Amino acid sequence: MMSRATRRKVTNVVMFTLTGVCTLVAVSVLFFILGYLVWQGGRSLSWTFFTQLPAPVGEVGGGFANAILGSTKLLLLASAIGIPIGFMGGVYLAEFGGNTAGFLVRYMTDLLNGVPSIVMGIFVYALIVLPMRHFSTFAGGVALGIMMIPIAVRSTEEFLRAVPNSLREGALALGATKWKSVATVVIPAAMRGILTGIMLDLARVAGETAPLLFTALNNQFWSPGWNQPTASLPVMIFTHAISPYEDWHRQAWAAGLVLLSLVLVTNIGARFVLRGQTHTSEG
Amino acid sequence: MKTIVFLLALTFVCTSCGKSDVTPVNSKAATPDGQVHITGAGATFPYPIYSKWFDEYRRKFPRLEINYQSIGSGGGIRQVTEGTVDFGASDMPMTDEQLTQAKTKPLHFPTVLGANVAAYNIPDVKEELNFTPEALAGIFLGKITKWTDPQLRNANPGIKLPNSDIVVIHRSDGSGTTFVWVDYLAKVSPEWKSKVGVNTSVNWPVGLGGKGNEGVAGLIKQTPNSIGYVELVYAVQNQITYGKVRNLSGTFVKADLTSVTAAAAGASKQMPEDFRVSITNADGKDAYPVSSFTWLLVPTKIEDPAKKKAITDFLQWMLTDGQNMVEALSYARLPQEVVAMEQKAIAKIE
Amino acid sequence: MRTLTRTVERSTPRATRQFVRRLQHGDQVAYLITFIFAATIFLITVLLFFELFRSSALAREKFGWSFLTQTTWDPVALEFGALPFVYGTLVTSAVALIIGVPLGIGASIFLAELAPPRLSSTLAFLIELLAAVPSVIYGLLAIFTLVPFLRDYIAPVLRSTLGFLPIFQGPSYGVSLLAAGMILAIMILPFIISISREVLLAVPREQREASLALGATRWETAWNVVVPYAKAGIIGSIFLALARALGETMAVTMVVGNTPQIRASLFSPGHSIAAAIANEFTEATSDIYLAALVELGLVLFCITIVVNAVARLLILGMTRKSMAPS
Repeated sequence: MMSRATRRKVTNVVMFTLTGVCTLVAVSVLFFILGYLVWQGGRSLSWTFFTQLPAPVGEVGGGFANAILGSTKLLLLASAIGIPIGFMGGVYLAEFGGNTAGFLVRYMTDLLNGVPSIVMGIFVYALIVLPMRHFSTFAGGVALGIMMIPIAVRSTEEFLRAVPNSLREGALALGATKWKSVATVVIPAAMRGILTGIMLDLARVAGETAPLLFTALNNQFWSPGWNQPTASLPVMIFTHAISPYEDWHRQAWAAGLVLLSLVLVTNIGARFVLRGQTHTSEG
Repeated sequence: MKTIVFLLALTFVCTSCGKSDVTPVNSKAATPDGQVHITGAGATFPYPIYSKWFDEYRRKFPRLEINYQSIGSGGGIRQVTEGTVDFGASDMPMTDEQLTQAKTKPLHFPTVLGANVAAYNIPDVKEELNFTPEALAGIFLGKITKWTDPQLRNANPGIKLPNSDIVVIHRSDGSGTTFVWVDYLAKVSPEWKSKVGVNTSVNWPVGLGGKGNEGVAGLIKQTPNSIGYVELVYAVQNQITYGKVRNLSGTFVKADLTSVTAAAAGASKQMPEDFRVSITNADGKDAYPVSSFTWLLVPTKIEDPAKKKAITDFLQWMLTDGQNMVEALSYARLPQEVVAMEQKAIAKIE
Repeated sequence: MRTLTRTVERSTPRATRQFVRRLQHGDQVAYLITFIFAATIFLITVLLFFELFRSSALAREKFGWSFLTQTTWDPVALEFGALPFVYGTLVTSAVALIIGVPLGIGASIFLAELAPPRLSSTLAFLIELLAAVPSVIYGLLAIFTLVPFLRDYIAPVLRSTLGFLPIFQGPSYGVSLLAAGMILAIMILPFIISISREVLLAVPREQREASLALGATRWETAWNVVVPYAKAGIIGSIFLALARALGETMAVTMVVGNTPQIRASLFSPGHSIAAAIANEFTEATSDIYLAALVELGLVLFCITIVVNAVARLLILGMTRKSMAPS
């Protein structure tokens, strides 16, 4: 029969081991995902994969070149929409946003953030695809762009707010107007944080599949311009993964590896940059 | 900072160019160098042959790109109705009601003949099973639940069937393949007709759903003791065993070029002018009972002259050279009478 | 700022006054520009609601509230009931929480209370990377690893040990509510861990020190003092994770079986709202079918709004509490 004190000590060790195991599980999932993708996808990565169009159904070979280009174009358009609106919105909220209008905008941004990605796809389908009578890169880019907005807003606002007031006051004391002080002093001070926030946002949106299903559709060829349906990495991974063709599975793994690498590299890079900058807020 | 902005702008412009000259954003016409882009969507049933055709056709005419997405016949009908694609494809002929809803009423052009097979994955059973119509209806109604059911055993003496539960696999999306299958089931089973009905998407009594013919084939391959319906070429390309089905004359027939062609023989003599016809459970000693035409849904009026020419030219090619490629992918050629009728019908496209 | 310029205006010559006035103008312009962009966000959200409402009108008028209680989803007879999808969405999310919350809270306690700071931040960083993995990649992995593993190993074990429970009965095909719940659990883990870890770290040191001074072990301190203090924030993180799980589309549709049915067994295939929309949207052949799908989207959106709101309130309450002087 253990004394109460010993029992408590044992519980201490046991519980902490258990929680350590929980952590181990979480971390090992990451390594499992990476490892599996590298193992399965690494074998299929080749020059063909990056440069060729997909082969006809059932035939072996071909590549994902159009998907890679398609994703790039979609992300470019998404940035063109999401970054300006998100950034400016964030500036508004941080610098002018103390009143009711600011509260409303903040609330709406939160709502927008909560929209499930598939519902976003419905929205853009009704808004753009139907009137235009076309599935298009444009529609896909708009969907992704709108999804970028809330995080860009929040990230911009946070980093602007994190700039110490002394900087603002200093600028004003030197005679700058409010907008000038914001534009030339506050924003540059927060720029690193804002840029990394935007890059993380972009990385997140790069992996989104659902909103593209009924906006950009898919394409087995190149998609020139902005008005045609386009292949994209996430959608191609999806269609190839659920198919019965072994060759398609192989290519899905390779594409998955490419996508994941891009996303992870962006994330790791962004966080390293951030770590360097913020001494004040890190715990 | 300025360099970044400059580089971004440069990339933007370059990718806008893509593989051809810059396309004015809202124009549907051919680009200045004559490249024409056509988008079609629909049935997964003929996807392998369409994919092959459009690839071959592009090799012949590099200025023409026909992008076909297999999203299911339901999708083909819907999108051509809304006008968001240049043509649709479906294994289910559009109903009169659907035709009236379309912005521009589509014409039906049969392209190939295909077969819907009962594909299964039973561990240790590599032989071809015989399926009676009642057995198939019973399985899909959920009334026959085990592989050792008498209805299956009696039709397959000598084959050792495991005493496992049958896993039914059907389509989760709107499918013409589904339509052909349930059309057949409704013809052979009054219970199916009243309880479930016929459409591209039905309220399945049992089973797992896969997306597209590809998804169903994938599920069958991965799930032991499963049975599902797929287009013949998907079973062949993926080495999935499929069974024989008893036809109206009482013979157990395997789906192949001869039996599918036999199924179409009767209908082609009496083909209606709009080509909308069902050939399931057809008469004929050698007919495979679950066969079907599949159609391209082309709008009667195509505004863009470049697209119109591209589509009509393709249809002509499809009816002549294209037909030479279908048998390699296990589809049957269109009967001669049908080809002749279609060639005349192409003129109807304005 | 304004009083400054006004004072300057009154006391200086004309040229300077005009210059100052131009400066004021610049401020208004800046305000206007940023306001327009901010207003665009407002407009987009309103437009989204409006569009969802408009496109689902047919279905809402025909079915009313019974849409949420009917179980038949019949595109032939044009009878649409959302209950199987709502059921699937809720069940898969519940399974995800049941698996993910203990794991997540356990890991966050370890990271916040026990691990040395360097190790803690490195591990937390790695776990946060999990949140960046796209959904379709989770789905890809789940199809080829989780589903066969579940069918061949996990299900038989569960059936033989806990088979008396209706949730573990029946045949298992791999694709199932359980598979979807498991992959969702992995997907929400990083959210629970990173937010919980932060709220735990935000608990004032005095609380821990007081507890240790009274002779408690570190575990007792963590479990009986720190965690209850951070309770609101932790629950908030759970709600946030729930909101993510509810809206998840790709990973779920790849492993859930895509069958609109309500069964007690977790081994049975099911469906979810997001997966249904993804599968059937481009092909809804009749207008009311399409409206029903849009209405599904509206239902999902409403659920996530409520869950998100609760989460925000809880996390906000928590951070406010920890900032108050103790």
